[in-house]
Amino acid sequence: MSQEIDSTVGQTADAVAPPTRRERRLSDALKQLKKAPMSAKFGVIVILIYFVVALFAPLLTPYGESEVVGVEFEEWGEEFILGTDNLGRDMLTRLLYGARNTIGIALITTILAFLIGGVGGILAATLGGWLDQVFSRVVDILMAIPALIFALLLLTIFGTSIPVLVLVIAVLDSTRVYRLARAVSLNVVVMDFVEAARLRGEGLGWITLKEVLPNIMPPLVAEFGLRFCFVFLTIASLSFLGLGLQPPTADWGSMVRDNATLITYGDITPLLPAAAIALLTVAVNFVVDWFLHKTSGLRDDQ
Amino acid sequence: MFKLIKIIAQRLGLGLFVLFVISIIIAGGVELLPGDICQELQGQAATKETVDACRRELGLDKPVYHRYFIWLGDMLRGDFGVSLANGRQIAELIGDRALNTFFLAIYAAVIAVPLSLTLGLLAALYRNSIYDRAVNIVTLSSISFPEFFVAYILIIVFSVNLGWFPSLSNVSPETTLAVKLYKAFLPALTLTLVVVAHMMRMTRASIINLLASPYIEMANLKGMTRRHIILKHALPNAWAPIVNVIVINLAYLIVGVVVVEVVFVYPGLGQLIVDSVQKRDIPVVQACCVIFAATYIILNLTADILSIVTNPRLLHPR
Repeated sequence: MSQEIDSTVGQTADAVAPPTRRERRLSDALKQLKKAPMSAKFGVIVILIYFVVALFAPLLTPYGESEVVGVEFEEWGEEFILGTDNLGRDMLTRLLYGARNTIGIALITTILAFLIGGVGGILAATLGGWLDQVFSRVVDILMAIPALIFALLLLTIFGTSIPVLVLVIAVLDSTRVYRLARAVSLNVVVMDFVEAARLRGEGLGWITLKEVLPNIMPPLVAEFGLRFCFVFLTIASLSFLGLGLQPPTADWGSMVRDNATLITYGDITPLLPAAAIALLTVAVNFVVDWFLHKTSGLRDDQ
Repeated sequence: MFKLIKIIAQRLGLGLFVLFVISIIIAGGVELLPGDICQELQGQAATKETVDACRRELGLDKPVYHRYFIWLGDMLRGDFGVSLANGRQIAELIGDRALNTFFLAIYAAVIAVPLSLTLGLLAALYRNSIYDRAVNIVTLSSISFPEFFVAYILIIVFSVNLGWFPSLSNVSPETTLAVKLYKAFLPALTLTLVVVAHMMRMTRASIINLLASPYIEMANLKGMTRRHIILKHALPNAWAPIVNVIVINLAYLIVGVVVVEVVFVYPGLGQLIVDSVQKRDIPVVQACCVIFAATYIILNLTADILSIVTNPRLLHPR
């Protein structure tokens, strides 16, 4: 998470400042992190581990993602550390690859949701008028329908495939991003420096990207963490229901579903992917909690 | 008083409008289907006659708006049409399942609401104590758990290891209430754990928020006990936000049942909608969506209206 915060802050600073400033920001962030509470440190470490695993999954395991290597439901042991799944594939391998697929798709979806919702929200706040009205009313109505139910309806209509899944969840989730982006932008748009930029004849692109966006970054970054958790849980639930990522792709939600029969025999192996999901969302939540505390604290100082 | 009625009427009107728009979305979604729904359904086996017959049956030969109003009229009279998968009346399929789903949601609510109010009040009472911090960490974590994770942990503990409750909640209309309560205990507990965290955080937040206001400080300065201040001074004013939170969470419960029902094989609407999505049985999905969406909107509307009604500033203007 801290890396993300850094890179987003870095990007906005990057364009106007030499790289030394970027380095200073990085060391500042590391200093802040040292002072962070235990829960936040724990969160950052967990998130880093997940990203390493997701990036290097093929290097960490000798088996292929959907390679059948043994008999079904083999127990934990030397050869297969966590046993094998319902088709005889190595459980640990599937877990590692699952990190890549599940987190990757959730991340893409969240980024897409932020692009749609963020751009919409900032534009609505900056331009106002009928555009704001139209966007806001559409969002009101989309938000009145429970997201999971709406997603189910759309998946029935368009069929279950990864692009459809990503698009449907991104659009449904962008409504909340829109609300937040619009609300915080409204406070910034009335500031003098925005007025000044308007008077000097800056275009819409400059005003939204260079004047408004940097000032609404902290709440948006925090929201990014929370939205990511929500999207991640939604996709995991849909996969668990058999409507998300389709086999043979390794995915934590469907892994729980495929091996659920073991649970009735008291074997906890099928719970590991679910625990992996839970651990990541807890970690992200801890970091966001700390970040919110931090940014709201800074505002008090000023 | 007149102002109050006006606001409520406005909200009701808005709610009806939203319901109307959503019915259009649910009905109109099918129109977005690439290609022809009848062609799609019958796949390779489609001949011109069967496709035409299917189109006539679904009313596809009529214009869109005409079809929409027929569909809406049928829905309002409780005629949900016929399932594409097995040709049964959808109303028949849904009847018992809807009752089961509502039973489960109410069951969970009866446990969750008093529990979360008490826990939230205690956390506010003993703010910054170890209890409060522990509760904060536990609730933050349980919000981030996927529902099926909570459900399977409960199954492992209570049904596999302890053997107290069954892991399958296969109730039928003939099951007596006592057996139903017993069999549906684990699903209800799962839902409870999921919503309690949210509800008690909101209860705690709204009470702590109130504790910052001047009249509470006055009571403090007069030397009243903390308990007295919270129960007699803060709580009455905190009712509006708390009621709001409760109703919103009830709305969440109705939707949250989907995953839980699948885990416990509980014969409710959630199971039905998931099965139908897999089979792409569009009329059944539509019918379930209408029921879920309508319940959700009506509950949210109730939350809106209750928070207006319990707001003292609106009850006594000037």
